[in-house]
Amino acid sequence: MLTHLPILQVIVPLMAAPLCLFLTRARLVWLFALIVSGLAFLISSLLLQQVMTSGTIIYELGGWDAPWGIEYRIDQLNAFLLLIISAISTVVLFAADTSIRKEIPEDKHTLFYILYLLSLAAMLGIVATGDAFNVFVFLEISSLSAYALIALGKDRCALWASYQYLIMGTIGATFILIGIGLMYQMTGTLNMYDLSIRLPEVEQTRTVFTAFAFVIVGICLKLAMFPLHLWLPNAYAYAPSIVTAFFAATATKVAIYLLIRFTFTIFGLSFSFTHLPLQMLFVVLGLLGIFVASTAAIYQTNIKHLFAYSSIAQIGYMIVGFSVSTVTGLTATLLHLFNHALMKGALFLALAAVVYRIGSSQLSQFQGLGRQMPVTMAAIVIGGLSLIGVPLTVGFVSKWYLVLAVIENGWWPVAVLILLGSLLAVVYVWRIVEVAYFKPALSANETVKEAPLTFLIPIWTLVLANIYFGIDTRLSVQVAQAASQSLFGVSP
Amino acid sequence: MSMSLETMLQLSIILPLLATIGIVATGRNPNLRESVTITTSLVLLYFVINLYQGLLQGENISVTWWELLPGLQISFSVEPLGMLFALIASFLWLITTVYAIGYMRSHEEQNQTRFYTCFAIAISSVMGIAFADNLFTLFIFYEVLTLSTYPLVTHAGTENAKKGGRIYLGILLSTSILFFLLAIISTWFVAGTLDFKPGGIFDSNVNKTVAGAILVLFIFGIGKAAIMPFHRWLPAAMVAPTPVSALLHAVAVVKAGVFTVLKVCVFIFGIDLLAVLPSTQFLLYLAGASILLASLVAMRQDNLKARLAYSTVSQLGYITLGALLATSAGVMGSSMHIATHAFGKITLFFCAGAILVAAHKSKISEMRGLGRQMPITMAAFFIASLSIIGVPPTGGTWSKWFLLMGTIETEQLILMSVLIISSLLNIAYLLPIPFHAFFSGDKMSSSSAGIKEAPLPSLIALSITTIGCVILFIYPQPLYELAKAILAT
Repeated sequence: MLTHLPILQVIVPLMAAPLCLFLTRARLVWLFALIVSGLAFLISSLLLQQVMTSGTIIYELGGWDAPWGIEYRIDQLNAFLLLIISAISTVVLFAADTSIRKEIPEDKHTLFYILYLLSLAAMLGIVATGDAFNVFVFLEISSLSAYALIALGKDRCALWASYQYLIMGTIGATFILIGIGLMYQMTGTLNMYDLSIRLPEVEQTRTVFTAFAFVIVGICLKLAMFPLHLWLPNAYAYAPSIVTAFFAATATKVAIYLLIRFTFTIFGLSFSFTHLPLQMLFVVLGLLGIFVASTAAIYQTNIKHLFAYSSIAQIGYMIVGFSVSTVTGLTATLLHLFNHALMKGALFLALAAVVYRIGSSQLSQFQGLGRQMPVTMAAIVIGGLSLIGVPLTVGFVSKWYLVLAVIENGWWPVAVLILLGSLLAVVYVWRIVEVAYFKPALSANETVKEAPLTFLIPIWTLVLANIYFGIDTRLSVQVAQAASQSLFGVSP
Repeated sequence: MSMSLETMLQLSIILPLLATIGIVATGRNPNLRESVTITTSLVLLYFVINLYQGLLQGENISVTWWELLPGLQISFSVEPLGMLFALIASFLWLITTVYAIGYMRSHEEQNQTRFYTCFAIAISSVMGIAFADNLFTLFIFYEVLTLSTYPLVTHAGTENAKKGGRIYLGILLSTSILFFLLAIISTWFVAGTLDFKPGGIFDSNVNKTVAGAILVLFIFGIGKAAIMPFHRWLPAAMVAPTPVSALLHAVAVVKAGVFTVLKVCVFIFGIDLLAVLPSTQFLLYLAGASILLASLVAMRQDNLKARLAYSTVSQLGYITLGALLATSAGVMGSSMHIATHAFGKITLFFCAGAILVAAHKSKISEMRGLGRQMPITMAAFFIASLSIIGVPPTGGTWSKWFLLMGTIETEQLILMSVLIISSLLNIAYLLPIPFHAFFSGDKMSSSSAGIKEAPLPSLIALSITTIGCVILFIYPQPLYELAKAILAT
């Protein structure tokens, strides 16, 4: 059984999705989805444990040898990602039943859970697989389920947001497909490991450069890197709250994973960073992303929009860490991947709770919530502090590594800019604090009570995780460091 | 009680935190709630005094909690400078609590439970700062102190409080994230450690330009030391209730700032290296300018608390200046000034609060003739002013003496004259207040009829700190010994 974990990781939620149709009551479906997601979390923890103790796991699907068959290759990097995705998915699902009852019509509940599980399976698949074409297949599953999930939003704008995402997402996926096609043409293989061996032989050809460009741009569209981020704010703002919490914490992480996998493993460090001005390009775009998106966040009146822009800014930090292209830099990116999932998971879940109670995520509606929903608002404050990077929260840990990485490289001005960027976070977080704590409640909201426990438990699980992993950094730092060392081929 | 000193060291940080549970639990019964605070502060003081005796006996007291990041530990130890700060803060917490009981009740302040809770968290972080064994630990508690005092500053919940809080948090958080954190990470990168070590942690052949730049980052980043132009948070924080201004913004928060400056100068750079850095002279002049300008601004304030706030900015400049002089006289003067200024300024704030509660006056121009109704308060104000100015029979004399010696030793004649001029300015903006209170303003008698002294707890508190100012003059040996031991370790 244990040897089949890599495929079980993906197949369990994938097969569970259609099974939902046989369950008649929405509650039951929810419970089933929760159990499935919990199973996925269990599997991913076991996988991470295995990888950390005994190294990369290679699993051949159906017993076919690679490169003919599809191969799943689990190393520290994707084991880490699998854990993040399945953990967040489980915690978020916990609140789903309560949340969607107010946001999605009764008859679509089963559909929601099917899409959710499909989306989960696809993300896990993208991360687990060692086959480039398989990545594309799962990417499509994940995208299609995402479009549908976003379109389930209560506001009619959700349809438009979903359509925007559909167009951009399809362009991105097509680019990736073209890139993979070109790579296949040059090397005759789709297996990532095989590609990494064969590509250097042909790397000086124009076709490989073109393939690289297509793949990178495609991925950057998916990960909403500035300036390809335009689809993201609306998609996050108008999707059902639970979907936003799930996607904000996981979807862009998957895209970052792909970026790392393609540049570091498949094309290789020397190709990605020496033949192309990728480093320069990414530092500039990353920093621009931080500043433009953070500034945009300051001016938002809808809190979901606000945190969506903040997500784009946080992606900027990951991109900067990535572009440093040293072990410390990549460690910072991977740490932030993990830490940002915890922050945004907590924040968007807390927003879901607010939406559940007051039916809106407009900043003006937050007046007086500090008194009426103290536990939820406290979660938002702590999540916000983590976003700013205050010590004893996870945000501080990632910032420490990122600034250290940048300074190690001698990029002093970039270090200053990164810290300056986090001051913008102070501004947008404090706008919420001031409205919630210093203004009297609106007359329409006078009867608003604290969110139910089904929200508070998952929210505070994530909030406490924000603090716990800010104090006990052994797990996150060790795994991130090990993953980044193995990508650089440095033995720990 | 046979408790090891190590346990006491840890408890002095944990105990105020634990007290918050008691404070919240007893929130409905004010008398019980305040007794929790008083008991905690008494026990805390007991611990700190025990640690002090342990230190005098030459015991090595240190504790490591855990490793937060590889090579970066949360750890604590007791050394003379930290001891000095901890003694002052824990003693004055007790006194302030007594004062606050009188003040908060007769002023009918809302949300007192939140007030005492945040106060306890702030004290816990002050203890963490005082006993921090490395810069990393210090930084963590430094930030916690900023955040835990934000609700205290904005206590009133009004539009004004919100604005004040915005400036407070904005400046303290921005400087700490932008400069202080960068300085710490740079130090970690250059020196490979963040431990406080006698003589500093930088290699003797470190690049002077880089180290000089890091020093500038530190001085700018430690916003709590309120060096101009990063001082605006301090006057802004005066919207807080008076006990907060008294303890936090005359003692705990601002002293945490200058304490950190001293720690960095003595134990990160070491005074030998500090003396030869290219940026030291520039920063000395910056501190000098801060001393003079803040004194000048203070003269123009009619609001008593605002005047005291600018006076604090100026006095903090003395301490930073002393640390940057990089001589033993400078460091001793600075560390003694932490103590003497604490007692002087907290008394002045206590008086300001007493006047506000008893006479409902906050403007200096309205305080003429008040000495007749509030003789104890005004007499205390007079003595504390003398301590700030630095004349006998008050403790301020000693610290200013050493600071002056420091400037003469290093032949910084400009800075010497800055100190002298500023002392004259101190006279000009402090002494007229008690003078007019006692000797002028007969015409005010009709409006000030019925004004009595402040509530008894407040009066007791301000008398104790006033006596403290005088004792520090008559019996400065313990303080002197501690200050002398800082460079001897």
